Amino acid sequence: MKPAPFEYYAPKTTEEALQNLTDLGYSGKVLAGGQSLIPAMNFRMARPSALVDLNNVAELAYIKPTADGGIAIGTMTRDSVVEQDPIVKQRMPIVAETMGYIAHPQIRARGTFGGAIAHADPAAQLPALSLALNARLLVKRKGAERWVTAEEFIVGPFMTVLEPEDMLAEVVLPPLAPRTAGSYKQVSRQRGGYAQAATISVVGLDDRNRVKDVRCVLFSVGETPILSKYAAKVLVGNEATEAAIADVAAYVAKNECDPGSDLHGTTEYRRQLVEVLVRRALTEAVLRAKK
Amino acid sequence: MTQLVKINVTVNGVSYEREVEPRLLLSDFIRHDLKLTGTHVGCEHGLCGACTILFDGQSVRSCIMFAVMADGHKIETVESLGTPEHLHPLQEAFMEKHALQCGFCTPGFLMTLVDYLGDNKNPTDEEIREAIDGNFCRCTGYENIVEAVKLAAKKMAAHS
Repeated sequence: MKPAPFEYYAPKTTEEALQNLTDLGYSGKVLAGGQSLIPAMNFRMARPSALVDLNNVAELAYIKPTADGGIAIGTMTRDSVVEQDPIVKQRMPIVAETMGYIAHPQIRARGTFGGAIAHADPAAQLPALSLALNARLLVKRKGAERWVTAEEFIVGPFMTVLEPEDMLAEVVLPPLAPRTAGSYKQVSRQRGGYAQAATISVVGLDDRNRVKDVRCVLFSVGETPILSKYAAKVLVGNEATEAAIADVAAYVAKNECDPGSDLHGTTEYRRQLVEVLVRRALTEAVLRAKK
Repeated sequence: MTQLVKINVTVNGVSYEREVEPRLLLSDFIRHDLKLTGTHVGCEHGLCGACTILFDGQSVRSCIMFAVMADGHKIETVESLGTPEHLHPLQEAFMEKHALQCGFCTPGFLMTLVDYLGDNKNPTDEEIREAIDGNFCRCTGYENIVEAVKLAAKKMAAHS
């Protein structure tokens, strides 16, 4: 239970960190909060030959309200800071709600917003949240930067579009339209443990209560977080009635997720959880959007 | 050649300068290098909470941090709380409410709770359970720990 040896770099600026990553190429790996990477290294499931520790790069930790009503979050912002931030609570209550489900207070004190997204754990909250909020991700490398949507960013379990010399530098959560709200629902065996099934659903309504936009994301039930296409197809332009929501929930559970069986639950059981959770989340999101 | 990194860490008010291998876990640095064995190591992958310490005043798991990450930071371990003659109110409450049996998890609970009770003076049972959801205890069944936290909150209010 001790990590294998590695070379250690502790840059103080983004520029220096990008230089380190460029120099190291495939042998380098970013160390953010370390709350997933270090356990994996303790087990020697991960054996990076060099770590570029971003914990001393102060300029990567910030929460900035954007002029259009969104929020920009620096990649090294601690989860506990996002959880308690007043601007986050006011502009995007669904973010604050989601943060409380991430592991435990001690983990949230160290874990980082960008680190969790870059790790792309299919059972983790923040990759799913970034998908539900249609986040834009700023990817930097030495001398260049590009913007990627959350949808493009995650390509598989623990796999993203990041190349070895890349760093996820900032996450921009676009503004929520008026009459838009989200809801988080999950079932897990113990508080702070991985969910057996979970959803973050965000619904926007027009002034006649018809659905303008819906992003229903499932996670911990497939290889990546999953954005339901069906929910948008049948709900947008219509009123989200009890029957319509029930139809979406049933379809999503049957056709749009792929939960495995394990000691704690069969595939069938977890599909049933998805159906119930999606129904509850969409219902609650609609209610909140009407307020 | 093994890389050694010089770090400067303040632990329980004492400043230490040491050279460490980058892969040295903070928990092992505290126990083996500083000989502060009050911090316990259970699962060593961030699940059980036995190794919880305060890092710049916030409770964190020391087994999933590297010692090099503590350079320039302040740490408190369970040794900072009380002495056998003058226990911390939280330690008194754990003793009085029988909130431990084997005691292996206790340092982790104490360091989690000393942080938590600093910000939450009068928590409900539900809030206490949420605060300790990252710490495993295999002896008590948690009931007496919740009782102890409520008593500790009262004691700490009376002290302040």
